[in-house]
Amino acid sequence: MEYILSTKNLGISFGGLKACENVNMDILPNEIYGLIGPNGAGKTTLFNIITGVYQPTWGDFYLNGERLTGLKQEKICNKGIARTFQNIRLFNNMTVIRNVMVGLTNKSEYKCTFFESMFRFRRHFKVEKEMREKAKEILDIFGLLPERNNLACNLPYGMQRKLEIARALATSPKLLLLDEPAAGMNPNETMELVETIKLIKEKFNIGILLIDHDLKFVSGLCDRITVLNFGQVLAQGKVQDVLNNKDVIEAYIGRESD
Amino acid sequence: MKTPKKIKWKHFINYIVIGVFTLIFSLLSVTNSLDLLQKFLLEKIAISILLSVSLGLVVGFLGELSLGHAGFMCIGAYLGGKAASILEPILGSTLLTLTISLVIGGVSALISGLIIGLPALRLKGDYLAIVTLAFGEIVKTLFLNSSEDSFGGPTGINTPRFDNKYLFIVGFVLVLFMLFVIQNLIRSKHGRAITAIRDSEIAARATGINVVKYKLLVFALSAFFAGIAGVLYSYSNYTVQCTKFDYNYSIEILVMVVLGGMGNINGSIISALLITFLQVELASILTGNLAVLQNILYALVLILIVIYNNAPSLKGFRDKYNFKNLIKRLRKQKFDPSKEIDDEAKWDRVPTKIEMNEVLSLDIKVEESTLKPDKGDK
Amino acid sequence: MLDFIVTFINGLSLGGIYAMIALGYTMVYGIAKMLNFAHGDIIMVSGYILIVFMGITGNIPLSILISIFFAGMFGVLMEKSAYMPLRGASPLAVLITAIGVSYLLQSVAQMIFGSAPKYVVIANLGSVNLFGLSIQLYKIITLAVTIVIMVVLSLFIKFSKTGRAMIAVSEDRGASGLMGIDSNKIISITFLIGAMLASVACTLYFLLTPNINPTFGAKPGIKAFTAAVIGGIGSIPGAMIGGIFLGIIECFSNSIPVLSPYTDAIEFLILIILLLVRPTGILGKKRKEKV
Repeated sequence: MEYILSTKNLGISFGGLKACENVNMDILPNEIYGLIGPNGAGKTTLFNIITGVYQPTWGDFYLNGERLTGLKQEKICNKGIARTFQNIRLFNNMTVIRNVMVGLTNKSEYKCTFFESMFRFRRHFKVEKEMREKAKEILDIFGLLPERNNLACNLPYGMQRKLEIARALATSPKLLLLDEPAAGMNPNETMELVETIKLIKEKFNIGILLIDHDLKFVSGLCDRITVLNFGQVLAQGKVQDVLNNKDVIEAYIGRESD
Repeated sequence: MKTPKKIKWKHFINYIVIGVFTLIFSLLSVTNSLDLLQKFLLEKIAISILLSVSLGLVVGFLGELSLGHAGFMCIGAYLGGKAASILEPILGSTLLTLTISLVIGGVSALISGLIIGLPALRLKGDYLAIVTLAFGEIVKTLFLNSSEDSFGGPTGINTPRFDNKYLFIVGFVLVLFMLFVIQNLIRSKHGRAITAIRDSEIAARATGINVVKYKLLVFALSAFFAGIAGVLYSYSNYTVQCTKFDYNYSIEILVMVVLGGMGNINGSIISALLITFLQVELASILTGNLAVLQNILYALVLILIVIYNNAPSLKGFRDKYNFKNLIKRLRKQKFDPSKEIDDEAKWDRVPTKIEMNEVLSLDIKVEESTLKPDKGDK
Repeated sequence: MLDFIVTFINGLSLGGIYAMIALGYTMVYGIAKMLNFAHGDIIMVSGYILIVFMGITGNIPLSILISIFFAGMFGVLMEKSAYMPLRGASPLAVLITAIGVSYLLQSVAQMIFGSAPKYVVIANLGSVNLFGLSIQLYKIITLAVTIVIMVVLSLFIKFSKTGRAMIAVSEDRGASGLMGIDSNKIISITFLIGAMLASVACTLYFLLTPNINPTFGAKPGIKAFTAAVIGGIGSIPGAMIGGIFLGIIECFSNSIPVLSPYTDAIEFLILIILLLVRPTGILGKKRKEKV
C-alpha cells in the first residue's frame, strides 16, 4: 500500500533539547489520522517540520514516496501539503473570497505571469474569472458563500476556522494538516466541525492529519492515531487499541496507585 | 454562458481624471497660456505622484517601511541625467534622449531596488527601515564624493534641457503608465499575494506564496518608478545635486503616502498633488525663517493622522465618525452582500503584521541561538 | 604607533558619546518596544536649552544641570503626548510618529533659533601630557564621564527596584502589569533617563564641536542609532560596545585620507552587512516567532 505521508525516524533538537525523536508515521491516502499527546509533546513541532518551517535534525519525510526533507515552506505547500494554524492566521484585511483566492495563486491551471497581469493580457481575465468561480465553489462547501465579501477579521471565530481550512484546501493538497481545529469551539461548533472534516475527506479525497487534545473528538473522527509524549511515539495504531494502551492511559490520566 | 461585461468605472476613474487634467493643461501650454512657474509646478506634481504611488506600493501594499526612497530617485537622477548629457550630442533628438535616459535611470534604480530587496528578505520592520535609511545615505555619500568628471562631486551634474512646454506632459504620461502597471498588478492574483504577505507572512508562506519573489518584485518595481521620477527631476531642474536626496526628502514622500491612506493609490495621488501644490505656493509666501512653518505643518499632520488612525483608545470614535460611514450615510446606502467589492485592499490601520519579534524570516533562522536546530548526523 | 594610539583614544572618547546616546535608543527599544527616531533631536533641544540658560544665568555648570533636567522633562513630555496614545498600536505606526516628532522638533527649532549655526563655548580645556602623548583634556573627561555613567546605570538597573521593574517590563509588559508594576510609569522613567543621557552627551559633544544648529542632533543621533543596532538594540552592554566600536571605526576611517570622505558610507555599510550576518546585532536577543 502506497502511503501518502510517511516519516522515517523524524526528529529535531533545539540546542540539545530533543523536541521530537524517531517519529515514524504512515498515513494512507484517504484516512483521517490523529496526532495526540499532552502539552509540549512536540505535536506542533512535528507539523512545523512537515510543512518546512523547521528543518529536521534527523530523518526524512516523504509525500507519495517523494522525499520532501529540506524544501522550503512554499515548495512543500505546492507539492501538496497544506496546513492550518493553532492560532488562526488569516489575511485579516482581505475579504473572505480573496483569502481563498490567495490559496489558488500557485496552481498551474491559473498560471499568469506578472507581465501578463500588468499589461492585462487576455489570460489574466480568464484566470481571474476562473479563480473567482473556483473560490466560490470552495466557499460554498463550507457555507461561507454569503460571507464572501466580508473582511476576514469580521467573521465569527468558528467561521474563521472554516475559512482557514477552505484556504488550505484551495491549494488542492494531497494531505491536509489541521492544528487543533476544535480549539476554543463550543460543543455545537465542534460537532459541526466533525461533519465538515468528514465531508472534506469524502469530497476532496485527501488524507487528513490532525492534532487535538479532545479524545472524544479524535476518537469520533480518526481512523488511526499516534500518541506523542516528550517528543517520542508512545503508541500507534487503531483508535480503540491505542486508547486502551496502558502507557497512553498513564500519560493522560496518571499511574494507578497500587 | 456569457454575461455582459460590466465596466468597473471605479477602476478607471483616476485614469480619466488625470487624462483630462493633462489634456487641459497641455492645451493651455501649447497655446502659451502657462507661465514658467506653473509649468514647473506641474512637473513637480508629476514627480511627486510618481514617488508617492511607488513608495505606497512598498509601504501600503507590502507593509514594509522604506526610508530610502530618495536614494532610488537619486540613482535615477544621476545615471539618467548623466546618460542624457552624453547621449544628447550623439542622438541629436531631445525626445529620444529623454526616452532612453528614462529607461536607463529607471533600470539602474530597479537594479538597486533588487539589491536593497535582498536584505528585505531577511529583515523586517524596524531593521529593514534602518537598512533602507542607511542605503539612502550611502548613495548620497557616494555621489557626493564622486570625481569631478564622473558625477561632479558636490556640484553635481548638469542635464540637457527638454522644452518645458512639453516636459510636464511627459511626466503625466509616465504617471498614467505607472498607474496602469501598478494598479493592474495590485488588482491581479499577484496583488492578492502581495497583500497576503502584508497581512500574515507566515500564512502566506504556508499557502504556497513565494514570498521572496514577490518582495523582490515590489522593491524593484517601486525603485524603478522612483528612478524614473529622478530622471524627470533632473530634466526639470537642469541640474542634479545629491544634497537634495537626503533623508528628509524620503520622509516627505512618506508623509504623502501616510496622508493619502495606506494602500490607497488615489489617496497617494491626491496628497502628493496637495502637498506639492502647497509647497510651491507657500514657498513664495513664506520666506526666510517662516518657511519652516510648512515643515512644522507636515510633521503635525503626520503625527496627528497616525495617532488618529492607530490609537487604540480612539477606536470607538473612529468607527463612529468614519469617513466611509459618513459617505454611506449621505448616500443612504446599505451594505449589499451580493456586490463584489473592489479588488483593491485599503487599510487605514497600519498592519499588525510587523511585530518586533518577527525580526527573522522564518526559513532562515528560527530560534534563539540556543534553540537552533542542531546539525544532524544524517 | 603614536598616531595609532592617539586615534584610538579619539575613537574611545567619540565612541563614549555615541554609546551614551545609543543607551537612550536601546533602553527605549527594550522597554517600550519602539524606535524613538526623535532621540537624536533631544540632543539638539538640550543644546539650545543650555545656550538659553547660559545667556540668562551666565553660570555654566548650573546651566548644564538645568539643561539635563529640562531635557529629561522634555523626553517625558514627548513620550506622554506623542507615543502614549499609540501604546498597543502597531510598531510601524509608532515608528512613523517618531519620525514626525523628529521632523517637528527640527522645524520648531529652526523657527525659533534660525538655521544658522550658533557658536557655543563651554570650556576651553587644554591638553595634558600622558606618557609622552599630548592628549586633549576634554577627551579624557568624556571618557571618564562615560565610564562613570555606564557603571552607575548598570548598577541602577541591576540593583534598584525601578531598574528591576524595567527589566520586568522589557521581558513582558502584560505580566509585569499583573505583578503590580505600572508599566506607563516605567516607560516614562526610561524616556527620562534616555533624555538625560542624551543631554549629557550633548554637553560632551559641545566640547568636540562647539556649533549648534537645528539639525545638530541628527548626525550623532543617527550614528548612535547605528551603534545601538550594531551592538544589538535592546541590549545595554550592546549599546556600549556598539558605540565604542563605531567611534573607533569612525576615527580610524577619518585618519586615512583615502577613506575619510566615505566614513559615513563605511559605517552604514558595516551596519547593513552586520544586520545581514547577524540580524539582531552583536548582543541582541533573537526572539522566537510562534507558529
